[in-house]
Amino acid sequence: MIIPDDLLYTESHEWIKSEGDNIRVGITDHAQSELTDVVYVELPKLERQVNAKEPIAVVESVKAASDIYAPVKGTVLETNKALEADPGLINREPYGQGWIFVLKTENPEDLKNLKDASAYKNQIG
Amino acid sequence: MPVQYTSIVEEHQAVRNNVGVFDISHMGQFIIEGGGGRDWLNRMLTNNVEKLSVGMGQYTFLLNERGGIIDDLIVYRIDEQKYLLVVNAARADQDFGWLQNHLKVGHASGSPQDESAVADLPDRKRDACATMLVSRSEDFGAVAVQGPHTMALFHALFGEDIELPARNHIIDVPFETSNVSVARTGYTGEDGIEIFFPANDAVKFWSAVLEQGKTLGTKPCGLGARDTLRLEMCYPLNGSDLSPERNPIEAGLGFFVDVSKPDFVGRDALLKTKEFSPREKLVSFRMKEKGPPPRPHYAVFRNGERIGEVTSGTLSPSLNWGIGMAYVSSAHAKIGAEIDIEIRGQKFPATVEKKPLYRKPAS
Repeated sequence: MIIPDDLLYTESHEWIKSEGDNIRVGITDHAQSELTDVVYVELPKLERQVNAKEPIAVVESVKAASDIYAPVKGTVLETNKALEADPGLINREPYGQGWIFVLKTENPEDLKNLKDASAYKNQIG
Repeated sequence: MPVQYTSIVEEHQAVRNNVGVFDISHMGQFIIEGGGGRDWLNRMLTNNVEKLSVGMGQYTFLLNERGGIIDDLIVYRIDEQKYLLVVNAARADQDFGWLQNHLKVGHASGSPQDESAVADLPDRKRDACATMLVSRSEDFGAVAVQGPHTMALFHALFGEDIELPARNHIIDVPFETSNVSVARTGYTGEDGIEIFFPANDAVKFWSAVLEQGKTLGTKPCGLGARDTLRLEMCYPLNGSDLSPERNPIEAGLGFFVDVSKPDFVGRDALLKTKEFSPREKLVSFRMKEKGPPPRPHYAVFRNGERIGEVTSGTLSPSLNWGIGMAYVSSAHAKIGAEIDIEIRGQKFPATVEKKPLYRKPAS
């Protein structure tokens, strides 16, 4: 299971990449392998303001629909439209082309509440 | 059986294109024996057991007095006066209790602990109308082999000289030092068999099937693929599409109910349903647009009015499209009817379609 060292993580299996004042968010390799066969992604609306741990997107596999949560408080800046045509990107490149949205964070300090790679690794055992 | 071994889609495609193997050991098996067995089963089950010659099976229902479905199952006539019932795992205890309670006073009845009872019976002199009911669920393991390469795998396992049983038939076949039972049936819409063997041989048998099937593209398959495969064929799943609150007429499965039989549990209620026509019916539908797949319990609308609820739904791996089944008010249960499925507060259009939702491309 791939868990890049340079990313942050949530308990609900999102990964977070810091990009200045913004964060890029997707789901982890572990999450995609549990879901398998992602067939549909419901992206958040641009400009939407969200609180930490608020459901913001839905990733559906053949098996089930799973909510994706905002890791921190912020505003949706960008969504990955490529997932509408090719939701399988989440399975093939969970940390690359399979990213889901970019949030403009409200408070950079909020990122301190997230897990680092080793803490996430411990969580999934 | 796990939900998946590798991926639902891969396992699904293995069954549609090559062959897949399911561990169905959890299913329940009952034996009914004795001179009165046939008539008794005909009063307990909806289909007509009298149509069965030795070695043949039929799909049938076990109903409550209100006509509601306790279970859907297959009954095989495995000898002149001996029947095998293969029932759903989750309902096996309930089914057995129900059947046992209905065995009339004066009939001998076995219990699950009666290990020797069945083996001894053929030689035992007994009352011509005695009926013996025994649960053998713990004694049998079972696998389902499903897919276009079923025949090749059957021959690889049992030898070239042994012929596959005909559709819906069951035969005994020697395997190593004992016999196994092979039934030509399944839950996928592909050619397939279900093999029953002593529970102690389960690990050995499972490995043998995968080993012999290696060159045929055989894959172990889980519950997830079992669900997508059966849903493409619109085969109902008990607990989702069938329940004690639903009867076979509502479920569109009246074909497996013989109301010409003078008496069976639930008959009066079904006749009434037929006469007044059911309030709701189970329909198959297909989404009109590529979008989120339908799921159980999503509401169904027509022109803004709520008309029913989805009972099964998924993204069909064969069609790469959202499909499902739903109970909707009978007025709208017509092929071609335009309906809407509400998904997370938004309505998505769908069309009521003919069963099955997936048809194999002509080869």
